[in-house]
Order: sequence, then C-alpha cells, then structure tokens
Amino acid sequence: MNSVAEKPKHVDPTDFAAAAINQALSRERKIKILSDMVRIRRFEEKAGEYYKGKGGQTFMGGFLHRYDGQESIAVGCASLMGPNDHMITAYRDHAHALAVGMGMNECMAELFGRATGCSKGKGGSMHYFAPDKNYWGGHGIVGGQTPLGAGIAYGLKFKGLTGSCMTFMGDGAVNQGAYHEALNLAGLFDLPVIFVIENNGYSMGTSQCRSSAYKNCLAYRADGYDIVWDLINGWDVYEVRAKMQIAVERAHKECRPTVVEINTYRHYGHSVSDAKAKVYRPEDEIERYKQHFDPINLWKNRLVEESVVTESEYETIDNDAKAEAQSSIEFSLASPFPEFEDITKDVYFEVDEFTAAGRTGRHFFND
Amino acid sequence: MPVITYREAIRHALDEELARDENVVVMGEEVAQYDGAYKVTEGLWKKWGDKRVVDTPISEAGFIGMGIGASMLGVRPVMELMFWSFAYVAWDQMINNAASVRYMSGGKINCPIVIRGPANGGTNVGATHSHTPENFIANTPGLKVICPVTPYDAKGLMKSAIRDNDPVYVMENTLLYGMSGEVPEGEYTIPLGVADVKRTGSDISLICHGRAVLTCLEAAEILAAQHGIDCEVVDLRSIRPLDEETILESVRKTHKAIYVEENKPFCGVGAQIASLIQDKCFDDLDAPVLRISAVDAPAIYSPPLEKLQLPYPDQVVAKVLEIA
Repeated sequence: MNSVAEKPKHVDPTDFAAAAINQALSRERKIKILSDMVRIRRFEEKAGEYYKGKGGQTFMGGFLHRYDGQESIAVGCASLMGPNDHMITAYRDHAHALAVGMGMNECMAELFGRATGCSKGKGGSMHYFAPDKNYWGGHGIVGGQTPLGAGIAYGLKFKGLTGSCMTFMGDGAVNQGAYHEALNLAGLFDLPVIFVIENNGYSMGTSQCRSSAYKNCLAYRADGYDIVWDLINGWDVYEVRAKMQIAVERAHKECRPTVVEINTYRHYGHSVSDAKAKVYRPEDEIERYKQHFDPINLWKNRLVEESVVTESEYETIDNDAKAEAQSSIEFSLASPFPEFEDITKDVYFEVDEFTAAGRTGRHFFND
Repeated sequence: MPVITYREAIRHALDEELARDENVVVMGEEVAQYDGAYKVTEGLWKKWGDKRVVDTPISEAGFIGMGIGASMLGVRPVMELMFWSFAYVAWDQMINNAASVRYMSGGKINCPIVIRGPANGGTNVGATHSHTPENFIANTPGLKVICPVTPYDAKGLMKSAIRDNDPVYVMENTLLYGMSGEVPEGEYTIPLGVADVKRTGSDISLICHGRAVLTCLEAAEILAAQHGIDCEVVDLRSIRPLDEETILESVRKTHKAIYVEENKPFCGVGAQIASLIQDKCFDDLDAPVLRISAVDAPAIYSPPLEKLQLPYPDQVVAKVLEIA
C-alpha cells in the first residue's frame, strides 16, 4: 500500500520554543492555545456523534470533514493574527472558525441547519464565515479558495494596510490549476498572502505519492514562482508559530508571499461518510499517529513539562470544552429552522437592503 | 448631443467611475499598457496609473478569483475578459464563489465586482471565441447580467453596474464597439432591470436583447415599408434583473410576440420570456409566442454561413409574416 507512512516525515531538530515569538508567549496564551485545540477536538467529536444520528433521528445533512489531529495548525496560525491578518480555507473549516473566535453555538447550529447558525443554516459544514473576525470561509471546491486568498491580500495591499491572508488548503489542492494561477499572481503582484498546505498525506482516499508528482516536497513547487517556501512539522505548536511568524513578517515587511507545507495527520476519514478511511490507510499507521503524534497530547505534555499546566488543570480545560460542546448541541436543538421565505434572502445585497438598485426589475423567478 | 462610439461610451463610464470612487480598479489582460485588446480601455492606464488600471497575465481563473477576493474586502474591481468565451476557465470562481458567497455566509459578505467583455458570434472566429453565456449567468441566482446595445445604454448601465453591490456581468459585443450613437455629456445612469422600447408599434412585439435589437429594428423598417406592419421593439437591456412589466405591457397592446436573440435556443433567454408571456398574458395572445435564436450548433467559422447562423433581418421579417 502506498501510504503516507512510507514517506519520511519532516523533522527539524531545532527547539522552536526558543524562537522570539514563542519566548514572548505568556502562560495565559499558552493555555489558550491548549484550550482552543481541545475545544476544536471536542466540537468535532460532538458533531460526529450527532452526524451519525441518535435513536433513529437524524440531525444533520451533507458532509462532515473532521479536523481531529490537525488542531495545532489552525490554532497555531490563528494565534499569530493581528488586526489586518486574515484567514480563508477549504471545507475542513470548523477549526479555523473556532480558532479565530467564532462560537461553538453558531457553528454547531449551522451543522443542524438552524437559523441561528453562523450562516443562518444556508451554508452548512463547509461554509462558515466571519468577516468581522477576518475569517473568509469555508469553501467547498478544492483549491477554489486560493485565488480568493490572493485577492484578499490584493485588497489589503490596495488599501495600504499592513497585513496578510493565510490561505489554507489540503495536499490535494496543490494539483488544481487555480492554485498555480494564484501562486503566479501572488509572486507577480507581490501579494502578502501565505499559502498554507495542510498536508495530511491523503487527498480524500488517494495518498500523496499516488496523486502528486513533485520534487523534494509539495511546497517546493513555489520555487518555480520565485516564492519562498518552508516545511513545518505540524505536531509542534512552537514550530508552527515560529515558522509561520517568519511568513507573516515577510507579508508585513516585504509584502511578499510565502508557501508553507505543514505535515499533519487526520485521525478520521476525508469526511465522516468516508467508509474506506481505514482501507486506504493501514490501521497501525492511524494508531501510531493517534498515539505518538496527537498535537493536543504533545502540547499538553510540553506545557506540563514547562509547569504551565498541571494534569488536573488540563482535566478542567477538557471538561469545560466537553460541556461547551454539549451546550452547543442543546442550543442547536432548541433553535428554529430557517423559514421558507428565508430561502430567497441573502442572495442579492441590493434586494436585501431594499436599495433603489434592488427595486427595479425582477430578481427571482419562482412563480 | 455628442455622438460617440459604443467603445468610447464604455471607456467614459470606466473613466468617470475611476474618478468617482477610489476603490474602483480596472483589471484584465492587456487593459493597461496595451490600451485594451479592443481599445475599450485606451488611455486609462496613462491617466490613472498602475494602481487603478492593471494588466493581468492570461490566467482568468486566477485573476477573476483574485478580483472576487478583493471585492469581498471592499475593492470594486471591473474585470475585463478579452472574450466572454474565456469565462469558462474561470467558471468556478464566477459561479461558485462570486454568486454563492453572499448566500453561503448568510449575508455577511457581498461581492461588488463587475466582469465585462464581448460576448458575441458573427466575427468568424469559430466556436471557442463566439459564446453568448448570458443565459448561463441568468440561470445563476446571485448574479446579474446586462447586454447593452447602444452607446447610451452601455455607458449608463456600466456606471450602475460598477456602483452595484452585487456581482454584475456585462456582455458587450465586438461588432458594436465601433457603432456610434448620441450620448449626453455629464452624469447619468440607467438602472438595471429596466427595459427600453426602442421602437413603438401596435401590431407585434419584437422582444430582444444585445445585437438582435438592431436586427429587429432593421426588420421593423422593412415590415413597415413593405408590409404595413407596425412592430414594437422591446430591448431588455438587463436580463437579470428582468423588467417583466414592459414586456407584458407591450404584448397586451400588440397581442403577438416574437423573441429574437443571438443566444442558442435551448434554455435560451427567449425560452424564459416565452414562458413568462404565456403565463402572465395568455388571454391577450392572438398567436403562439415564437422565437428566433442562433442556429443550434457551435459557431461555424465559414463567413457566409455564420451570417446565416445568427438572426438576420429577412429572417425576422419572414417569422413576423407567419403570424401577422
């Protein structure tokens, strides 16, 4: 079997805890990183539980792409965001949403298709947005968000703002033409965009070596566009932060793009309906990553070593996260579905706002 | 009133909106230093500089997507497609992203972007350069699509499109760029979703959009002179939003309607209008609603044949005589 396990994983012996950006990390912020990672895990677990249904009742439709195992990336990157740093990602988007500060209630209610959901029940699992928190989704088409990320960076530069747009994608997205076009534009126009390849080794059920032709690593392709690239061990929050910070500074100070490839592993399938998740990946591979490379365990152990948290404090963080996730279920179940009339709202700005432009001509053709 | 070309009218609209709003940026292949493949943007780069008029590589999916992303942040990009036929390589960005992001975000985001360029056959460039995708666009909730035919309409509608806070896709026509018409000096706009009766008449309604409007006007003159038939010509100007009232008012007066377009027949704009008419004023009709579209095949290259593939005045005359 051509599995990711056959490929040597990137290991950098540097102790990234010594990086200035990590030295500057307060005890509170280290704990916040831990608790955000745990909250994401518990959210995904609870979502998975209700996705399957209970007592013959179903609660969600569509797909559910869980993030379990990759938490250090979304949280580590979000922890670096300043006022003009933005994020956009693909369909495995719950973690980034929670990491930038969206609430579990609105995120869970969206999965339940309720009017109280972050997109009023109109987007679903793959389409979370919070522009007020610099979070631009949540996009369903593989690679389709990469030109948008370049565009957000273009907008920042156009408006004279010092910022960046972290544009996330999976390892499957690197073979989409849109990504390469975005790379070319980012290099050509000097855009402050950071393309983050969350490499979990599988584009759905196809391993990296079965889907990509490449030299060195996937990020290395950036070299052809004269874009600086880097490889990151995603299991280490310190490394994610230290190397991403270099990219953020490059965006801020040089207004230049970066491509980073962050090695990681997803504990579950491509989506919850991925029945073959254990067929295309050897079971011992999955277990090995769960046992030895769970970013939450690794970060927790690190913080215990540093005497930042105790095991019992971790228990409290975990229990709080579980309670918050459970409470978001109750919130969702108590929330109404959108009204039938809501189907045709939020289509056109001018119609919703009842502006002069929204009042001439017919916009909908339902009868 | 000054007489200027369709091309100049669009250029004036772009120039005035660049002056009016610092967030407007004109972007596309060859729009800046080359002065535009069809010279629509001639002189704008020289006047406005690198920040406001931007040459892009030949990379439609990339730069259209980039424009959509920038528009989410409040930039107002006016993107030129050298041909609308090239839109298909950017289709994911134009349909999945621009049209859907407002909806999928529950109204948190909007995309004030304009995508414009020529969408027409009739220039012997074969199937890959002759597409008229206004019906595809109109089939996509979240998008607006307009097809101006006169310089006056082109300028007024373009200015409204740029000020609109939703994505507006503008279908121009290379055969119209050099045509002239009266355009007043100074500020005016034409709202989207308002049709224009280009010729009043009492016997039959020729409803149309794009260059087919000119075909209909020519046919109307022939019908008046040679057959004593008084045609009304209704130019939709805007496909979505659609001015239903003007269409229905005309049909209630003339009791007969033919839709004429350079789009293909199956699920074309005319199909929607025919459905509307039978639905809303069936009792007013004295004849079935007929349609004339491009001959249902990819655009043929051979010049004399392509003339016959698109609607032409004598064809409209013959169709009118079937029911008049």
